[in-house]
Amino acid sequence: MTAVQVLFYLFAALALASALGMVLNLRNTVAAAMSLVVTMVSLAGIYVLLEAHLVAAIQIMVYGGAIVVLFLFVVMLLNLRADEFAPGRQWLTKLAAGLVVLAAGAELVRLLSGALPEPGPLPPGFGGYRMVGLLLYTDYLLLVEVASLLLLAAIVGALILAKRRID
Amino acid sequence: MIPLEHVIGLSAILFVIGVAGVALRRNLIVVLMSIELMLNAVNLAFVGFNRLWPGTLDAPRLDGQVFVLMVITVAAAEVAVGLGIVISMFRNRDSVNLEDVSLLKW
Repeated sequence: MTAVQVLFYLFAALALASALGMVLNLRNTVAAAMSLVVTMVSLAGIYVLLEAHLVAAIQIMVYGGAIVVLFLFVVMLLNLRADEFAPGRQWLTKLAAGLVVLAAGAELVRLLSGALPEPGPLPPGFGGYRMVGLLLYTDYLLLVEVASLLLLAAIVGALILAKRRID
Repeated sequence: MIPLEHVIGLSAILFVIGVAGVALRRNLIVVLMSIELMLNAVNLAFVGFNRLWPGTLDAPRLDGQVFVLMVITVAAAEVAVGLGIVISMFRNRDSVNLEDVSLLKW
């Protein structure tokens, strides 16, 4: 086992444990958000191991730095520390969740038998900011513009939704 | 070299954990976090498959990573609007329990 593999399994175990901790944490929403940070950071580590360096940096900046902080802001703004809800009683959603788990498990068993080929050699500079940026501003230029419009709409929408009274 | 099957398997397990969180939890904020978890699982699959088919030395292919960047953008927009909805719901109903907003449910 090489160092890369050891690191991958370490990060994978960390991501799984913290994701489970987030979903199963019934008492403390702040702790659930902190578990989400751990998941995001370990996923960024896995991205580095998979040679996606720019994506890893953006993952840490956007998810660890912005999105989870937004969650924490809202949790503390609404003062939800001690909220405890009983789990839902609808059998239909539980049935649907069970079906999804079964389907994903079957797919997993099929995958783990080793169906994928070995990854090929990497081009130099793969996953760096230069290559991804070049692609973003040539082939995917329209996508970048649409993303900027979407973000503008989200800013305006969030402001209007969270305002107490619209004059 | 990391076996790609294990990367995709990790992605599937994370997605299932997110589905379980959406289906079983009643706290609206935790449900939003579980949606983020599902989006991250999909991102992991994108990056893994991009590593599997990186293109040739002359013509590298990075489309998977570009899609990941777009998914992150959409996730950020979704969280901003979703948390705005949470705040206005807390103002009107004084609760973030999903059972309290069942007017449109049959």
